[in-house]
Amino acid sequence: MRFFWSIVLLVVTLGLSWRFLGSYMAAVYEGRVKFLAWLERPTYRLLGVDPDREQTWQRYAGAMVVYSGVAILVVYGMIRLQGHLPGNPQHLGGVSPWLSWNTAVSFTSNTNWQNYSGESTMSYLSQMGTLAVQNFVSASVGIAVAIALVRGFARKGSSTIGNFWVDTIRGIYYILLPIALVFAVIFVAEGAVQTLAGPVSYHNLMNGARGVIPRGPVASQEVIKQLGTNGGGYFNANGASPFENPTGLTNFLSYFLILVIPVSLTYTFGKMVGSIRQGVALLMAMVILFGTWVGVATWAEMQPNPAVAAAGIKHQPNGNMEGKEVRFGASQSALYDIVSTQTSTGSVDGSNDSYTPIGGMMLLTGMMLGEVTPGGVGSGLYTILIYAIIAVFLGGLMVGRTPEYLGKKIQATEVKLAALGSLVMPLTVIVSVGIAVATAAGRAGPLNHGPHGFTEILYALTSQSNNNGSAFAGLNGNTTFYNVIGGIDMLLGRFAIIIPALALAGALAKKEVVPASAGTFRTDTPMFTGLVIGVILIIGALTFFPAVSLGPIVEQLIHGRFF
Amino acid sequence: MSLATAERASSTPRRRPHGVAEARSLLDREILGQATIGSLKKLDPRVQVKNPVMFVVLVGTVVTLVESISHPTLFDWSITAWLFLTVLFANFAEAMAEGRGKAQADTLRQMRSETEARRLLANGTEQRVPASQLAKGDLVVCETTDLIPSDGEIVEGIASVDESAITGESAPVIRESGGDRSAVTGGTRVLSDRIVVRITAERGHTFMDRMIGLVEGASRQKTPNEVALTILLAALTLIFLPVVVALQPFGHYSGATVSVVVLISLLVCLIPTTIGALLSAIGIAGMDRLVQRNVLAMSGRAVEAAGDTQTLLLDKTGTITLGNRMASAFLPVGGRTEEELAAAAQLASLADETPEGRSVVVLAKERFNIRERALGEHDFVPFTAVTRMSGIDYDGRKIRKGAADSVKKWVQEQGGHVPPDLDPLVERISRSGSTPLAVADGPSVLGVIELKDVVKEGIRERFAEMRTLGIRTVMITGDNPLTAAAIAQEAGVDDFLAEATPENKLELIKSEQGGGKLVAMTGDGTNDAPALAQADVGVAMNTGTTAAKEAGNMVDLDSNPTKLLEIVEIGKQLLITRGALTTFSIANDVAKYFAIIPALFAAEYPQLNALNIMKLHSPSSAVLSAVIFNALVIIALIPLALRGVKFRPMNAAQILRRNVFIYGLGGIVVPFIFIKLIDLFLTAVGWY
Repeated sequence: MRFFWSIVLLVVTLGLSWRFLGSYMAAVYEGRVKFLAWLERPTYRLLGVDPDREQTWQRYAGAMVVYSGVAILVVYGMIRLQGHLPGNPQHLGGVSPWLSWNTAVSFTSNTNWQNYSGESTMSYLSQMGTLAVQNFVSASVGIAVAIALVRGFARKGSSTIGNFWVDTIRGIYYILLPIALVFAVIFVAEGAVQTLAGPVSYHNLMNGARGVIPRGPVASQEVIKQLGTNGGGYFNANGASPFENPTGLTNFLSYFLILVIPVSLTYTFGKMVGSIRQGVALLMAMVILFGTWVGVATWAEMQPNPAVAAAGIKHQPNGNMEGKEVRFGASQSALYDIVSTQTSTGSVDGSNDSYTPIGGMMLLTGMMLGEVTPGGVGSGLYTILIYAIIAVFLGGLMVGRTPEYLGKKIQATEVKLAALGSLVMPLTVIVSVGIAVATAAGRAGPLNHGPHGFTEILYALTSQSNNNGSAFAGLNGNTTFYNVIGGIDMLLGRFAIIIPALALAGALAKKEVVPASAGTFRTDTPMFTGLVIGVILIIGALTFFPAVSLGPIVEQLIHGRFF
Repeated sequence: MSLATAERASSTPRRRPHGVAEARSLLDREILGQATIGSLKKLDPRVQVKNPVMFVVLVGTVVTLVESISHPTLFDWSITAWLFLTVLFANFAEAMAEGRGKAQADTLRQMRSETEARRLLANGTEQRVPASQLAKGDLVVCETTDLIPSDGEIVEGIASVDESAITGESAPVIRESGGDRSAVTGGTRVLSDRIVVRITAERGHTFMDRMIGLVEGASRQKTPNEVALTILLAALTLIFLPVVVALQPFGHYSGATVSVVVLISLLVCLIPTTIGALLSAIGIAGMDRLVQRNVLAMSGRAVEAAGDTQTLLLDKTGTITLGNRMASAFLPVGGRTEEELAAAAQLASLADETPEGRSVVVLAKERFNIRERALGEHDFVPFTAVTRMSGIDYDGRKIRKGAADSVKKWVQEQGGHVPPDLDPLVERISRSGSTPLAVADGPSVLGVIELKDVVKEGIRERFAEMRTLGIRTVMITGDNPLTAAAIAQEAGVDDFLAEATPENKLELIKSEQGGGKLVAMTGDGTNDAPALAQADVGVAMNTGTTAAKEAGNMVDLDSNPTKLLEIVEIGKQLLITRGALTTFSIANDVAKYFAIIPALFAAEYPQLNALNIMKLHSPSSAVLSAVIFNALVIIALIPLALRGVKFRPMNAAQILRRNVFIYGLGGIVVPFIFIKLIDLFLTAVGWY
């Protein structure tokens, strides 16, 4: 029952945010909100940016690449050198080179894959000065790219798609910072840790145990971790740690914050292209897929754990509790983890490795759908728009017209870019998993053998290629091999989609708009929602079916029947 | 359905006794034979590489062939054979589409090579040269029974010409110098008189040459849409390569050895071979369908544009109306009876040979059974531009019919009286879009004949169909706005342009295009040329001038402007066929996965047999059945690719629902059934 009311509350709060945050974000990116101009102006001066000058897609993409390259270098340098830098009360040493590379790429690409335990690896400065900063900026970059693509649809005959610096700065100042500030206070009030005072030692007089409890600026990072669909926790236990996620309220707020921007962006999209229904059609595709995955995963986790049952405990009323945080239970954990895997967030409040094969498969396949349900901040919208273009192309042909989406003709250039954008991720996953299982270094990673070990590798590389960052656990990722290949996957999964998306924005913005008529293939109907779902499922299923069948499917079948 | 309606609507019934392109039977033995040879010829890798999907199949076949030779098993050889057949079937589809055009092209080519020309030299003498040596600007003489050697314009003389070679229309047409009927086409025959023609086409670029190229599909270039689709198919092929290649290490990790032959089978089954094999056949067949309707499209791009058209500009005369105004009612005034008026009107029209005049006689006969009388002494008064009346002086009576004000003046001059109800009646008729003709007998006005533009039968329904397809129809007419509005209303067009001039026609096209719409129109005169060139789809009438034909991107050999509607439908049908078969092809993959994946790892993970929901007999029979299905479905769909999917005028949502249901859901279900059936067959005959 508590689960039911959580869902109801989530739907209501998201519905309200969708309407109001969505329209507010449109106002932000259309330049209609100006109350922080006093903060913006000096920032632009500092960056040497003329905020009134718009960029072509090439310049926009160029600025994004330059910024990201510099960010990777800065993060790399700072965590390598953290031993010599201030803000390090635990006196942690510098991070090793390949781990630094992986981590730098991970936080810049909004992945937050962590091949380390935050509390025992990163200094306060590293956590706040680099990782938390990237949590804000990489999220804002994601939204900026989505907005640029939306502008491509909304404009006609335009050679520019906005200004990268302005979009990114405005996203941080007007959207991410204010929300993060308010919710960080709530998290602190609920008991999340927020201090710069260093770890505390304890001595338990009852049993004589001594130990050190790591602390730090947790709450501030916790909120942006979720809001920006980053997912990189302060602690290794992530959302399962009571210092990060102290109460039922913060647990609810966690998944609310994850979903709020990706969901609301569909409204922003509708508003900016002049038809809210267009946004609703995409939102419905997200909702239907997401709902199905939540349903199946929750059902799967409410089943008894077969290993426990085999040990003689048949009665397991709370479902599969192995690896679950007892404060939240199986259903809340399943919801949290599905939310996190389908939004490229990757924060967890349970051990994914201990999910039932079906439950684990839902986490895995949720990412394989390309992180569009609703996906990461910005990345969810631009990726689903890429899928929508393919759906429009197939559907448009079937009504006998050169396909058009929002009045823009979808021709060779658009198809080429959309195909590129939608195929990069599956290609990256398949190729890198192929390399991993074919090399000794790769095979050394997984803890388990057989299908479960295969799933561990598949999950890790799927997670990184999708910029999700959730870990299945069980895989020793902090090796040169996994640090390097994971870094490459994250770069490809992020930028090899962003650049075609921006190129699409440029191509679309140039086009004139074909007026709609009765012969136009409509993209604001349930039929279109169905087609988009079909395209997402078909691309995901056709490319990953063999791999998934060798992992979780065969694992489940070995346990017994599939369902 | 729609075609039948169109036929009713066309002013001239279609006759095609020996036209360019008769639809040949799908099982025409000659074409089947040629296509079989063609499919082998097309195995040339240089041809294959143009089609990325089928090229992958060919390469796969070579690999399985090597594998079969080195470790021969029945299974490997069967797979190799069926993969090879898959490639052949794809070639066969294309060769068959081309073959249907080739047969027609051969006839045309023969005609061209035989022609000999009489070149007129500057000094006035003639020189006999082969037609192939004529250059642009040469003057040639053609007399009775001569074949016109090349495309040109008549600079001198008038002749009747038999154009049946290109139009299939056996009735001769008149061609004369000057005006809009001066163009002649190479390969047509002069039936009477002598003309001097200035050659307007370069060697090898005559109309006939272009026709040969078009029907053969030789000059075929990929259309924009085809390019976009090819990219998508190439991408889908590209993604399945690593998916399948990676199965080798995946399998190895799981302790399985995966056979290369099975992997290639899986690859071929997954990549979109069905649409890849049929794509070019669909395009060629689309052109072919136009040629069968006696329309020549200068490019495939134009055919696609036709499907995208959102505004159709249609000339009133000939397209919407039959072209002549016809008497439709006798409306008496001043207390006269209708029959009295009819009798007088008929007398006045007896000598009037214009279609209007004939229609008065016919109407009088129909309404009152008044027969054409044998007249005694009489004088016909012909129509002149000054009097604007015509009539008859007979038996002491002076009967006149003509424009209302002229007749009124004439009556008043004789001291007659104009009934007060005449003016309102004339006004009312004008307002309704018809033309009033007043009839007077001496000093008294009898009444008015209403001449109506007769809207073609069935045209209203055609426009309604266009509306459901989201296409706006605009009528173009030289009539005044009042008349135009009435006819527009009756014909059911969405809009009209009255008092049209070439300039405002061009303006209209530009303003529609400015709004992002694609515009199609028909035209024949030289003054239509700018508008034809500006329109996205400009259909020139074959009877029109060379300028018009050059400006447009299609030529209708029947010169039937109503055909524009059919052209639009063919354009749409072409795209729908591509989209439907692509969807079908991708949807097929689901069943193939369920056949092959359990078979792939059957030895290591027998549990995966739970995915064998078709309960296929054995791993080998499962893989082979999927490959056989994949090959046979190409052959099975050739008729659909050549004919195009059924097209009904419906709105976009209905068309989509129908096609998603048939080709999307059908594409998922059908292979499950047939793969199972093939498996049953293979098991029953005991091969596996």
